[in-house]
Amino acid sequence: MKDDILTVMWKERKALFRAQGRRSQALLTMLSPLFLAIYLPYSAGVDWVDRSMSLLLAAVVPFILVGITVPDSFAGERERHTLPTLLASRLPDRAILFGKLVMSVLFGWGITLLILLVSLVALNALHWPGYVLFYKPSLLFADLAVSFLVALFTAGLGVFFSLRSSTVQQAQQLTMSVLLLPAMVLQFGVLFILQSPSLRDTLKSTLGALSFAQLVLIIVAVLGAAAVALLWVAMARFNRARLILSQ
Amino acid sequence: MKAIVVENLTKDYDGLRAVDHINFSVGAGEIFGFLGPNGAGKTTTIHLLLGLLEPTDGRAEVLGFDTATQADDVRTHTGALLEHTGVYEQLSAEDNLDFYGRVYRMAQAERQARIKELLTQMDLWERRKDRAANWSKGMKQKLALARAMLHRPQLVFLDEPSAGLDVVSANAVREGLEALAEREGMTVFLTTHNMAEAERLCSQVAVIREGKLVATGHPDDLRARAGGPRLEIFGRGFTENVLRLLRGRPEVAAITMENGHLEVNLTEDTDTAALVSLAVSAGVEVQEVRRGKATLEEVFLTLMEEEK
Repeated sequence: MKDDILTVMWKERKALFRAQGRRSQALLTMLSPLFLAIYLPYSAGVDWVDRSMSLLLAAVVPFILVGITVPDSFAGERERHTLPTLLASRLPDRAILFGKLVMSVLFGWGITLLILLVSLVALNALHWPGYVLFYKPSLLFADLAVSFLVALFTAGLGVFFSLRSSTVQQAQQLTMSVLLLPAMVLQFGVLFILQSPSLRDTLKSTLGALSFAQLVLIIVAVLGAAAVALLWVAMARFNRARLILSQ
Repeated sequence: MKAIVVENLTKDYDGLRAVDHINFSVGAGEIFGFLGPNGAGKTTTIHLLLGLLEPTDGRAEVLGFDTATQADDVRTHTGALLEHTGVYEQLSAEDNLDFYGRVYRMAQAERQARIKELLTQMDLWERRKDRAANWSKGMKQKLALARAMLHRPQLVFLDEPSAGLDVVSANAVREGLEALAEREGMTVFLTTHNMAEAERLCSQVAVIREGKLVATGHPDDLRARAGGPRLEIFGRGFTENVLRLLRGRPEVAAITMENGHLEVNLTEDTDTAALVSLAVSAGVEVQEVRRGKATLEEVFLTLMEEEK
């Protein structure tokens, strides 16, 4: 199984990095995260390595990248009519699923770590205090864990919608829309709470009682559980007969 | 030794019967043609034989493996070129083959040698680094054929390998297939609309319509079933007297006038010099005489009509 997963990852890597036209597309996709990686530490100053602002990058970048690559990998096989041949090969279902998933998650997560490193370099260059600034350990852990779990969660959701979509575009739109929904709900929820003094006080006291590490652990636990649930659904739904019939 | 054995194989989709209790077998090393119109059940049969779908009823064995319970073994020992080429257009031809070589766990040296051998044979070696997206449909089809045979499977499934190709490309694909199948001694399960292709390549054929098998056998046997040997006489002076004289001959089964020429259906494959002499002596001015048999296409059309 491990060799089969690595074989699928080899093909996915070739398709991601070596294909013509993909490089310019990838550069365009990277423009806004790169801009944020320089602008955000520039405006935040030395607080960038102490406060939770870098978590924004850790969440947004894998969301964008994996939200693009997973539908392209899964729904793309169907759209480009390469899926039946792949299914007619000796590769097990799980090897195809995990080979594609792991490559997309590694790509999204890897680029996010690179972006976080770029932001650190930008911070040191723009706000040099006479010594090297580095993320505080709890923030570094939060950045690593949240970016990985967002990548995993987005991948699970991407597979879920790719199995229901006939085109890459449709799968990407559905994945992005559904992922934006919780952010919007959260935003409206905060606005609603801020308008009610009693709710605002309750939230303040609840959050105030939690340390940064505790808050991060709660976020990680929720994201982890959601990602595992989505992967379980993807494993259940990714089978040959279903995929062949959906062609 | 049978490469494929199919017994009462049946597949229903949402109340529709796509394959209806079909039975046939394919000998090892044979090129077997599976013929039928669009929607007849050809592709579904291939999917069933590859273990991609479970049968509603009946069973099939491919290379001795049960397609329902040993589907992984079936797919390990077979190759497939399905309805679409399945070529990764963003990858080079070499990478396409390299990927499937890895899938079938071929060692690197063996993989590279085999890729070179197949691409050279298909006249694609010089362009192995090109992205497949820049290739013509015929070249992609040849690449897909090479991919299906890459791991030296004992059996390959080819779903309309020359469909949509121009005459030259289709011929090149057929030649490639014929040469590879002969040299490597593999069994080929070929679906096609093209009767000339089936006639040229296949040692056995089966005809399917609306999920049911309507005929199986050697192309010559099917042609014989649709009508025996025949003689076509072109010329002038085909009077009633001439027709009466010819009908009186024991080797003549039937006579019809078709577009100004005489078509004589024979009871057996016999010497026809006497018939021609008889026509000439009765006053026919003969311009051309042709011996022939019903083509597989005529047999196929007859079978389709019979079923209607």
